[in-house]
Amino acid sequence: MATNPMKIRAANKDGVTEVKVLISHEMETGQRKDAAGAVIPAWFITELSAKHNDKVVLTSEFGTSISKNPFLAFRFKGGAKGDKVSVSWKDNKGETRTDEAAIA
Amino acid sequence: MRQKKLYVLLTALVAAVGGMASPAALADKASDDAAIARYREMIADGNPAELVAGQGEELWKTKRGPKNASLEKCDLGLGPGVLKGASAKLPRYFKDTGRVQDLETRLLTCMETLQGIDPKTVIDAKWLKGERETMAALVAYVVTQSNGQKIDIDMTPPQMKKMYELGKMAFYYRSGPMDFACTTCHGDTGKRIRLQDLPDLRTQAGAAAGWGTWPAYRVSSGEFWTMQHRLNDCYRQQRTAEPIFGSDVTIALSVFLAATAKGGPVLTPGLKR
Repeated sequence: MATNPMKIRAANKDGVTEVKVLISHEMETGQRKDAAGAVIPAWFITELSAKHNDKVVLTSEFGTSISKNPFLAFRFKGGAKGDKVSVSWKDNKGETRTDEAAIA
Repeated sequence: MRQKKLYVLLTALVAAVGGMASPAALADKASDDAAIARYREMIADGNPAELVAGQGEELWKTKRGPKNASLEKCDLGLGPGVLKGASAKLPRYFKDTGRVQDLETRLLTCMETLQGIDPKTVIDAKWLKGERETMAALVAYVVTQSNGQKIDIDMTPPQMKKMYELGKMAFYYRSGPMDFACTTCHGDTGKRIRLQDLPDLRTQAGAAAGWGTWPAYRVSSGEFWTMQHRLNDCYRQQRTAEPIFGSDVTIALSVFLAATAKGGPVLTPGLKR
């Protein structure tokens, strides 16, 4: 299944950039069963990182306690209007996705 | 969490024994309300309905069906292809179909006339599956374009008045093994189920809080629900027969709610627990 793009918003205020990311992912824990009683296989993001231009500003480990279609907000020092912010995730099936946005 | 429940139970017992409302229990309710309000505020920027709306936008512009057409010429009441503010004025009476239609049934008409898609593919589908999932995505896209508008349905056509009366009747009509009506839960101020406040849908403010915030994304289940889905589930919770998708009773209830809520803010897509 093709993955849907993330919605990324980044805004700089007083030298600090706030990034808000809405991620489209099932985040299936592997603990649930379907209507027929079969276990729904685990499918969740394991790693997520964010870059400001080419500099990594956030690395994180995700797990099954995080909701479906998660929302992530974080801040980093620096960043200027028009700079590129990119966010990448990798899930337990080895799928990856990267999306980017310009700082407003 | 367990401990907190126990605490609430204990204070409730103390209150019952003492024969008066416990201030601790009241404070607990107030802090829970504040916590929910804070949670809503935190997540308001990241309503995942946006993701569904994104899919809907793509579907809107995609050529589909036997006629291989997009929905871009769909008339939701404000003219072909006009989406801004359209859902704030629905349901409305449409001359071309001779029926009062809500957003979903109007979209069904567009899918049938423009794309040649059989409405049965939606009506007979399961919630969030197949063409009904497509419908939900389209709804998410359309209602996003009315966010911030005022609820403003046109009640002048006699067909609308008839639907309103039918909706009012359905709202107060008790049925099922529990003898529930809509008004059993939604006909009093300050009622709640667990921590979910239940709006009093008889009042303008209550109806606006309900009608104005659906369709919505439900965080607990990670699903986007249309108004048809919401109303259907009310019937399920009432333990009575679930209405057919887009049937007159669902539209009548929508007219009743939207007319009562007139002037209230449209905050769609909503975000629910």
